[in-house]
Amino acid sequence: MPVNNQQRHSFLEWCRRGEPMIWINAAAVSISAIAVVGLLVLLAVRGFGHFWPADVMQAQYALPGDKPTRLIGESVQTESVPVEQLRSAGFTLDTNETFIDRQLIKQGNRDVNGLDFTWVLSRNLSEVTYPEDLMVVERREWGNFYGYLRSVKEGDLVVADESQSPAELWAAYEQRLERAESLFEQIENIEKKQIGAINYKIEKLRLRERGLALDDSIPADRRAREAAQIAAERAELDREYSAYQSRLTELYTNIHRDSITAEVMSGQIVELRLSKIVHAYKPNAMSLMDKAGFYLFKFAEFLSDEPREANTEGGIFPAIFGTVIMVIIMSIIVTPFGVVAAVYLREYAKQGLMTRIIRIAVNNLAGVPSIVYGVFGLGFFIYFLGSEIDQVFFPEALPAPTFGTPGLLWASLTLALLTLPVVIVATEEGLSRIPKALREGSLALGATKAETLWRVVLPMASPAMMTGLILAVARAAGEVAPLMLVGVVKLAPTLPVNGNFPYFHLDQKFMHLGFHIYDVGFQSPNVEAARPLVYATALLLVVIIALLNLSAVALRNRLREKYKALEL
Amino acid sequence: MAADAPQTRTHAIKMDSLGRSGGNKSLSNEDIALTVDDLSLYYGDKQALYNIEMKIPHKRVTAFIGPSGCGKSTLLRCFNRMNDLVDGCKIEGKIHLDGNNIYEKGVDAAALRRNVGMVFQKPNPFPKSIYENVAYGLRIQGINKKRVLDEAVERSLRGAALWDEVKDRLQDNALGMSGGQQQRLVIARTIAVEPEVLLLDEPASALDPISTLKIEELIYELKSKYTIVIVTHNMQQAARVSDYTAFMYMGKLVEFGDTDTLFTNPTKKQTEDYITGRYG
Repeated sequence: MPVNNQQRHSFLEWCRRGEPMIWINAAAVSISAIAVVGLLVLLAVRGFGHFWPADVMQAQYALPGDKPTRLIGESVQTESVPVEQLRSAGFTLDTNETFIDRQLIKQGNRDVNGLDFTWVLSRNLSEVTYPEDLMVVERREWGNFYGYLRSVKEGDLVVADESQSPAELWAAYEQRLERAESLFEQIENIEKKQIGAINYKIEKLRLRERGLALDDSIPADRRAREAAQIAAERAELDREYSAYQSRLTELYTNIHRDSITAEVMSGQIVELRLSKIVHAYKPNAMSLMDKAGFYLFKFAEFLSDEPREANTEGGIFPAIFGTVIMVIIMSIIVTPFGVVAAVYLREYAKQGLMTRIIRIAVNNLAGVPSIVYGVFGLGFFIYFLGSEIDQVFFPEALPAPTFGTPGLLWASLTLALLTLPVVIVATEEGLSRIPKALREGSLALGATKAETLWRVVLPMASPAMMTGLILAVARAAGEVAPLMLVGVVKLAPTLPVNGNFPYFHLDQKFMHLGFHIYDVGFQSPNVEAARPLVYATALLLVVIIALLNLSAVALRNRLREKYKALEL
Repeated sequence: MAADAPQTRTHAIKMDSLGRSGGNKSLSNEDIALTVDDLSLYYGDKQALYNIEMKIPHKRVTAFIGPSGCGKSTLLRCFNRMNDLVDGCKIEGKIHLDGNNIYEKGVDAAALRRNVGMVFQKPNPFPKSIYENVAYGLRIQGINKKRVLDEAVERSLRGAALWDEVKDRLQDNALGMSGGQQQRLVIARTIAVEPEVLLLDEPASALDPISTLKIEELIYELKSKYTIVIVTHNMQQAARVSDYTAFMYMGKLVEFGDTDTLFTNPTKKQTEDYITGRYG
């Protein structure tokens, strides 16, 4: 009994010391940390593995009783499935096992095979090899191509084929691909930049002409002069345009000259135009260093390129850019707004029932579902404010809307509204923490309330404002639902900041990482191909939000250091 | 003869006690800086000051003593209208500064406070550089010329006996100074705007004895230029630094007279009980 008693006693003692609480706290913190790290690791592994040039296998695949066929592709994933499930799907399997392995093979060649992913049973694969000559081609359309390079052609003339060594053949191909790439860049430059700029200018001219027609107050002689000037400018632009057009035609003829032929897994010979090839590589022949280099190259491309093929290939630069620029504009709008509101609520408004109600309302605004803000933004900002602005400032563009349509400005404004409560609450909190003694010190020197606010209180409350802004940024950058209504699109042809005067286009629609994830993951025609991109994009979104936050935190810490308050 | 200029600062306090025993000090001979006329103050329904009548002499040190909660700080804060900032505070009666009622309608409280500076119980320098702390009041008045500010900062810091300690680190953050230095900085900040009256609300109560001594020496030096009103808990301090002392109790002014008389020969029983330590 005494032993037992002592045990009980020591347990109670242990509880009394508060140790269980410490353990519970530690467990809660650990679980949170593990959850966060786990999420990031999952995103990183699933997403960033995608850029690694996986080995491509060649194997014989035969279902029982069928003739074996050649299978070429990357093994993406292996899983165990119940045999029953396969039997009921129509497979005849003579096995006693209950589970059986199957693999998802990325075989590419969507234009030839119809499907670029296929499930195969691992036990039916035989003669698995990784031939060094196997080539993977990334194309501008139809996804990846897998096969053996057979010949390189200039027009109808074969310039290299298998009579040469594989290395020579590859060199001949690479040399021509380089040429095609440089031509492609020229074409891109003309189509996107030059012709884009000309189209923009022509549109401006059209608007000027229309504005001229709408304005009755212009005297006839000036009208005629302006019309003549517009006509002259347009003629000049048209001339430039046709010059570029003929240059383009020439470039297109050039770029279409070269092609390669390659053998796909069924043995068929397929011809690929070099103009459609982004790059080609032989993963089985690459050393680890080559692969690492290729990985970095692919990753850089992912960060800096525009998306291809309905966002399932290429990069996500426009989405990164759109997210960052939107968050920055939102911050510029929400900070002064929230601070001014908080200063009024805390410093000037008479504290009473009314301010209590306002405070409760503000706090509740933070709990309103974000899609509601989206609807509000669409109804108020776009349909009401936007169309008013169009009526007054852009009548010449009507009926095409300028600001009366979803765009960057409205998205930023809507998010500013969404994050306003956070900034107000944080700023109020900061204002209330400024010691009374400091305010009195300033007032006692003959400063007015406004001077005290401006010179002492607000600088000291700036770290709290930054805290509000950090929370606002974290919320705004991850928000997707309202943006779908007020300005985000699947694919924006140009960035909202570009070379066309006035360089900064607040009325333009833009791309956003959050929406990009949704679009690639759920609206994509090719889900299997897009899945790794979803993970990679998600991780990137997290990283960007973290970076935005860290910069704000760094700024806040500097402010804190500067205005380190007295412990009064 | 009341304010013999001391040759050295260490001498000051001894000289003071000697000088004060001269006995030719009487309120009727003094110029009057502040006149309190039937002043009552309410916090909401609670009355905190009852019909105070008082005359505070020009360029002398007047001390308010009394137990906690007796209203001495409240009265002090009436002189620069700091109580305006308190919600629900109501004031009846008048205070005249140089013949003008500071509670008259239309009096600019900010302008008044420029004229009646205040130093608080705990040092409250702004989280800015030493230089900017001192220049603050002048910048508020729109004075931004560097030469003018430099001069004023040096003059004020010398006036607060701080110049030698900080002249090489004027751009350092004021919060890095010691408590005593901070309090002298606050005094420098206050005299930089050249007020007429200095209100000191227990200026040494948060400081160590050496810093307290420095503050007291400083008060002695400043009284040649400013009318000083000091609230203190410490009766020895009141006896050391002040020329006149007011004893307050429960929101009422019990006794007011020259310091020596009040401490050696109080007329009221309550005063005697308090200064002999029987209560309070």
